[in-house]
Amino acid sequence: MQIRTAITAALATTALVGTGLLVGSRVSLLPVAASTNAPPYDSLFQVLFSIGTILFLGILIVLLYSLIRFRRRPGDVAEGLPIEGNLPLEIVWTAIPAVVILFVGIYSYDIYDRMGGMASLDHGGMHHGAMDLSGMDQVQPASTPPSSGERIWGGIGSTQAYLDQTGDGRAVATAVPPLPVEVTAMQFAFIFHYPDSAITSGELHVPVGQPVQLRMQARDVIHAFWVPEFRLKQDVIPGQPTVLSLTATRPGTYPVICAELCGPYHGGMRTSVVVHEPEDFLAWVTQNAPQVSA
Amino acid sequence: MTVADPSALEPRLQPSGWLRYFSFSLDHKVIGLQYLVCGFFFYLVGGALAGVIRTELVSPIADFVSRDTYNEVLTLHGTVMIFLWIVPVVNGAFGNYLIPFYVGARDMAFPRLNAVAFWMIPPAGLLLISSYLLAGAAAQSGWTAYPPLSLTTPAAGQVVWILSVLLLGGSSIFGAVNFIATVLKLRRPGLKMMQLPMYCWAMLGTSLLVVLSTPVLAGVLILLSFDIIAHTGFFNPELGGNVVVYQHLFWFYSHPAVYIMVLPAFGLVSEILPVHARKPLFGYTTMVYSIMGIVFLGLIVWAHHMFTSGTPPWMRLFFTIATSFIAVPTGIKFFNWLATLWGGKIALNSAMLFSCGFILNFVFGGITGITLAQVPFDIHVHDTYYVVGHFHYIVYGGTVFVIFAALYHWYPKFTGRLLNEDLGRLHFLLTFIGFNLCFLPQHWLGLNGMPRRVAEYDPAFTTLNQVSSVGALIMAVSTLPLLLNVVVTALRGQPAGDNPWNALTPEWLTSSPPPVENWHGEAPLVAEPYGYGHAPAPALAETRP
Repeated sequence: MQIRTAITAALATTALVGTGLLVGSRVSLLPVAASTNAPPYDSLFQVLFSIGTILFLGILIVLLYSLIRFRRRPGDVAEGLPIEGNLPLEIVWTAIPAVVILFVGIYSYDIYDRMGGMASLDHGGMHHGAMDLSGMDQVQPASTPPSSGERIWGGIGSTQAYLDQTGDGRAVATAVPPLPVEVTAMQFAFIFHYPDSAITSGELHVPVGQPVQLRMQARDVIHAFWVPEFRLKQDVIPGQPTVLSLTATRPGTYPVICAELCGPYHGGMRTSVVVHEPEDFLAWVTQNAPQVSA
Repeated sequence: MTVADPSALEPRLQPSGWLRYFSFSLDHKVIGLQYLVCGFFFYLVGGALAGVIRTELVSPIADFVSRDTYNEVLTLHGTVMIFLWIVPVVNGAFGNYLIPFYVGARDMAFPRLNAVAFWMIPPAGLLLISSYLLAGAAAQSGWTAYPPLSLTTPAAGQVVWILSVLLLGGSSIFGAVNFIATVLKLRRPGLKMMQLPMYCWAMLGTSLLVVLSTPVLAGVLILLSFDIIAHTGFFNPELGGNVVVYQHLFWFYSHPAVYIMVLPAFGLVSEILPVHARKPLFGYTTMVYSIMGIVFLGLIVWAHHMFTSGTPPWMRLFFTIATSFIAVPTGIKFFNWLATLWGGKIALNSAMLFSCGFILNFVFGGITGITLAQVPFDIHVHDTYYVVGHFHYIVYGGTVFVIFAALYHWYPKFTGRLLNEDLGRLHFLLTFIGFNLCFLPQHWLGLNGMPRRVAEYDPAFTTLNQVSSVGALIMAVSTLPLLLNVVVTALRGQPAGDNPWNALTPEWLTSSPPPVENWHGEAPLVAEPYGYGHAPAPALAETRP
């Protein structure tokens, strides 16, 4: 009887874990992946979905089985088994979740590192200068002088994922320096300024494959910059510049959404990011750059 | 200190009959029911506000209410549901009613403070929901009231909101002090801490969280009101203020607030399951330690609400790990409850159905919680409908389901009559279906690009939003069988007797409803509150005159 129970339990656990892994690897609940950050994010999602499925189905099955198998029949006035606890069992269901949690923590740390989350926030900041939008009234951030060394308060400093994915990462990184874009958020719009070409635009345009560094500041209240297809979000905070590094991988047009309640028209605070092929991006820059007389 | 002297209750101040529920009564049972009924009233108010939100979201354009009104409604919905329904009911109502019974006392340690704590709630609540009339506009910066938005929205409504939340926080602190004193100091002679029913431990842990974290919320809201009224610059970036510091201080309370809403529910479920499964509570000692583990971890995880704010990388990492580990003590509790059911004689009544609904909903919400704890995961879904879905699985699917389970379980103690089981099961079925229909699709919406707190959205999301709104409608309808049940039971409900469930915890070892002094004779010493299956039930006759 003991052996039969053990075999049944082992088979049930195997079936459960198999189902969880199968469901997790097949699940598709996310929008298209359009940045280097998205594929590692999606594999993290699948791993978490597998673990979640195993846990939820396991508890659901045990609960439903108990409710059916141990239900009180009419007229039955007997009590249940006087079991008050079981130390080995308690140790098992403390240790297994602890190990799983530890694994999930280490794995998501790795993903975060690959996203560039652990890189220094000021990386690249010295080359292009930080924005100084304090007290500005003009919409044209182009005229503000770049002041190097301003503190960056949060965000993602570099697109490490791109380096990992292209294999010979270092060479690419030195060959393609990040494209700096200054992002200003206000009620209820985003303004994108390209210091290299002096373009100011209401839409974000980026070339596919090149790292982009968004240096962001808000003029009034807190906003958040979110592109679901990039799996990236960063609050844009008045008085505290933040940074978001990304590399787009898929040409197309995707929504840029404000994700922090910012006032009555918060729901309407949206624009687009257009991911171009490199040559199309150059054409866009040439077309839109202001004519500067030398 | 020994058991409170019943003469201290000043019977001349205690009107009898229905009138006492509208009086400054010092009887903990009256105060508990005052909390319950008052909380339920505000539940209906908060539910109506949710109805406005779900009606607006039936169509992708903002067309039902004005944009300002929409933000007022979502702010009031969150504030009312948290501070006027869940916290007062799961702590104040059941805590006041049950804790003195569980420790073998005639009343709470400080009966007058107890009455004051309750009577702060109705004025605070009325102030909040009438702020539209009083101030011309209600607060519209969300229940989180982040500056600088809360400094730029209409000031009067925001100040009324702060005043109301300060009153409610004060009430919560008074209540917590009372619970701590009662559990630690008013125990009947001979009753050891490790013999207390689990709800006492849950309330002890919760009350520690309340006294440690609520003053921080009060402090930060007072500073915010200075910024609004006196134009100080604590959180105003134009005056050199720091908006992220507000978020740290706010969440230092408001994350523990989740446990203030959830731990008492864990305690109540630990009382309900053994009675209806006829089995001892599995793993009493580990249950106690896991409550205290959750209390400790709950205090050091607040910044996981700020993963996309201006937080440095090391901070993101620390709070990911601390948050993830809360799953371990929480998991222990769920495995222990399943083990409590295993091998029992389970009665599938309304109390048990709502308890099992709680287990399923909370496990689901807990799993999405673990995903949200991971920084890279959260960066995508933070401030989206994924989060809205997650926390409604915790506070509604978790705590509100337990409140309903507790209502079916203790109603016969409150009134001496049993609630109707058919209406109870209908209530459960509608609530369970409506709830899942409403909140499950929201996870997909968040993953695919719908931010929270918006009155308009991408038309691609219309169908699922309509499904969600239908779920909300079913939830609204589910209130009808409950209200009908209470009315029908009051008119011709089945008499319950003193102990309809044959339960062993002390509140059942007296008449239903209990006398003012709780027991006519000595308070019974219940050394084994979960001794189902082996301890002979204490004879009822011994405790009666």
